[in-house]
Amino acid sequence: MQIRPILSTLGHHKLTVLLLAFQVAFTCAIVCNVVFMIANRVQRISVPTGIAENELSVIHSKGIEKGANPVAQHVADLAALRAIPGVRSAVAVSYSLPLNQNESSSGICPSKQALDRAMQLNTIEGSGCMQPAVYDGTPGLIDTLGLHLVAGRDFLPDEYVSKGKPAVAIVTRALAQHLYPGKQALGQSMYDGDNYFRIVGIVDTLLRPNLRTPGVDGDSMIWPQLPDSAGVTYVLRSAPGDRQRVLQAAEAALFKVSPSRLIDTKQMQTYTEIRAAYFERDTTMIGLLIASALGLLFVTALGIAGLANFWVQQRTRSIGIRRAIGATRGDILHYFQTENFLIVTAGIVLGVLLAIALNLLLMTHYELPRLPLWYLPIGALVLWALGQLSVLSPALRAAQVPPVVATRSV
Amino acid sequence: MFGYYLDLARRSLKRTPILTGLMVLAIGLGIGASMTMLTVLHVMTDDPMPGRSAQLYTPHLDPLPLDYKQRGDSPDPADNFTWPDAMALLKAHKATRQAAMAGGSLLVRPTRAGLRPFDVDGRYTTADFFAMFGVPFERGQGWSAADDEARTHVVVLSETLDRKLFGGANGIGQMVRLGDNDFRVIGVVDDWSPKPMFYADPGLQHYSGADQFFLPLSAAVDLKLPTNGNQSGWVKGEAGISLTGAEMTWLQFWVQLDTPAQVAAYRQYLVDYSAQQKSLGRFQRPPTNARLYSLMGWLAHENLVPNDVRLQLWLALGFLFVCLVNIVALLLAKFLRRSGEISVRRALGARRRDIFVQLGIESALIGVAGGALGLAIAQLGLWSIRQRPDDYAKLAQMDASMLLGTLAMAIVASVLAGLLPAWRACRVAPAPQLKGV
Repeated sequence: MQIRPILSTLGHHKLTVLLLAFQVAFTCAIVCNVVFMIANRVQRISVPTGIAENELSVIHSKGIEKGANPVAQHVADLAALRAIPGVRSAVAVSYSLPLNQNESSSGICPSKQALDRAMQLNTIEGSGCMQPAVYDGTPGLIDTLGLHLVAGRDFLPDEYVSKGKPAVAIVTRALAQHLYPGKQALGQSMYDGDNYFRIVGIVDTLLRPNLRTPGVDGDSMIWPQLPDSAGVTYVLRSAPGDRQRVLQAAEAALFKVSPSRLIDTKQMQTYTEIRAAYFERDTTMIGLLIASALGLLFVTALGIAGLANFWVQQRTRSIGIRRAIGATRGDILHYFQTENFLIVTAGIVLGVLLAIALNLLLMTHYELPRLPLWYLPIGALVLWALGQLSVLSPALRAAQVPPVVATRSV
Repeated sequence: MFGYYLDLARRSLKRTPILTGLMVLAIGLGIGASMTMLTVLHVMTDDPMPGRSAQLYTPHLDPLPLDYKQRGDSPDPADNFTWPDAMALLKAHKATRQAAMAGGSLLVRPTRAGLRPFDVDGRYTTADFFAMFGVPFERGQGWSAADDEARTHVVVLSETLDRKLFGGANGIGQMVRLGDNDFRVIGVVDDWSPKPMFYADPGLQHYSGADQFFLPLSAAVDLKLPTNGNQSGWVKGEAGISLTGAEMTWLQFWVQLDTPAQVAAYRQYLVDYSAQQKSLGRFQRPPTNARLYSLMGWLAHENLVPNDVRLQLWLALGFLFVCLVNIVALLLAKFLRRSGEISVRRALGARRRDIFVQLGIESALIGVAGGALGLAIAQLGLWSIRQRPDDYAKLAQMDASMLLGTLAMAIVASVLAGLLPAWRACRVAPAPQLKGV
């Protein structure tokens, strides 16, 4: 296939060719970045919490009786909840659970020296101290949530306190590594400025209630503190299919134990709902991004096909002449395919540069990470394929033009 | 001539129905997506108090110590006021009207049978609040500065809460149990909720919810009622968490200033006040850190529009842009293909300008159709946004100006897209074209 005659024909349509190449370039730049954003969001919403999400549901209750003893109330409530058929276990937590957006965090240092360093720097950055999410709860929390203990043990019954701070804690593997890099964390004592907490156990994964950056999202600790306020969240574990029924039964059971409480039906959720609520914006955004990427590719395909159609109509006579002087159908087909390839290639070259520029812009304004370079060849391949697909039908039509056309006058 | 060109355009478009349909679809999709996001941005950045916003200002002081380090993900304590500063500005009375305020959530225990206790959101504030923001009273009135002074237990209810608590009966003069205290109802206001709720704590949701009750700030502090805004203290211990302490910010402060001279004087007063506090040793940072924001300036400073919404707008505009490039290329090919026809018209005496107008009308026709389709798509887009869980979602409605704007944008965009092809086509030299025919 000679490229020279194609180039010289394209030279007659400089403006149109330029516009089409520009369109391919912008589509390439936008689609590469959009696909990268989709990949980021998908990664974000599929982060594991470390708990048995599909078996858990939660219900929030707030006592409004003045002078009631909250801890005794929780014990009575839990007994009633555990009696519900289908409930395998139940615990109470103050308010924090992974991805439920009610976070309590605390500055924790691996040692007193690290704390002094943090005071000196006036920030915990670079001092070795961390700001983990802190979870509390009644005995049985580890089992009910389905956490996986990789070292050490669960809390002992006499370690639970309701007033003051406990003396022990269980940390996640991520927090253990961040606080004591390269060291055995089990048995170490963490310091918060007032108290020491000895690490008695390490769990595999336990995500924070609010995500920040991937580096610190797994930094959590649990301490054996009993919830002691009137507002409390009960976590119920049951078979996945039982959860809605269990929640309804739980509401009734709690009102039976004591009617002087508020139960917000919006805070009666299965964990599936909690996760969906946390990532709802991301799922919307993923939908929009996919729609706009497909829309762009669709419009570009339309543009290529529409233009090729025009050119085929315009050149019917010259195609006929070429066929009359010996060109095969394949030659005509290849002509249009090569022409399309050349235009799309010009667009892709420009598009790759634009994609990188757009990514730099997004990095400064929207905290998007750097676009991995392997997105670019894949984007190029997609556009080449798209171009060839959209030119195929007009090109086939061109190949059908009979040689006799050459002899007809217009 | 216009009617004739319109007819020509219609015929020409009818000759290539698929291509015309595709162009209309492309411009409709681009316009629809862009207008959806522009409407969302428009309602989010709209003036919450038309006619009044120009006189409303919020002062800001910087009581933070020199060595305080602001963490990226936490709110700026200097966005709010400490109790002593708010009270000092209130007493100084340098503005036409001024009010300090904070949000709070209280448990209501209705006396009406069959009604369970429930939580309501409201505001603790000072006497000028109602007159300054023009809150419309349905019955009764607000409280006086003397009530603020005396920490009187009075409350102003919203229409909704009044109806819920007292049914049809007149609630004025009745007692309401909020939290653990009784308050006497002295007024009922029409449901009133500026969007965004500019006077609320910057960290909270601004586009949903409304204040259901208003009660004197002095009484709230006296009774230690719970607040639901951000409380930022910067010293360890009791002083950092005391509502009346000088080392914790939690209050919002708004003033009404009627003339530019008043604004300048107030700005100077804030600097002087800061300098005085600095000389007393309470403030450590330069007095010139004191700011006076206008209402719209404050909203711009707070930047309430989420990044995702901005990103969606850029995505939509990028999409529209690619659609337009697409249409330019298609129109160019289409017009140039008619070089023969154009040349005949030129040879018969049509000026370049005539050809240009004829082709321009053809592109505008595509724009009108695309705009109509875009309007329908935008309505669909806005409907889908109203289904989102975000607090601004319910506001996503098109007003008349956005409606006209959509149509105008579509026509302008398509005429612009037609400009280059029409210009190129009307410059076709007639002679060589005619020879070929």
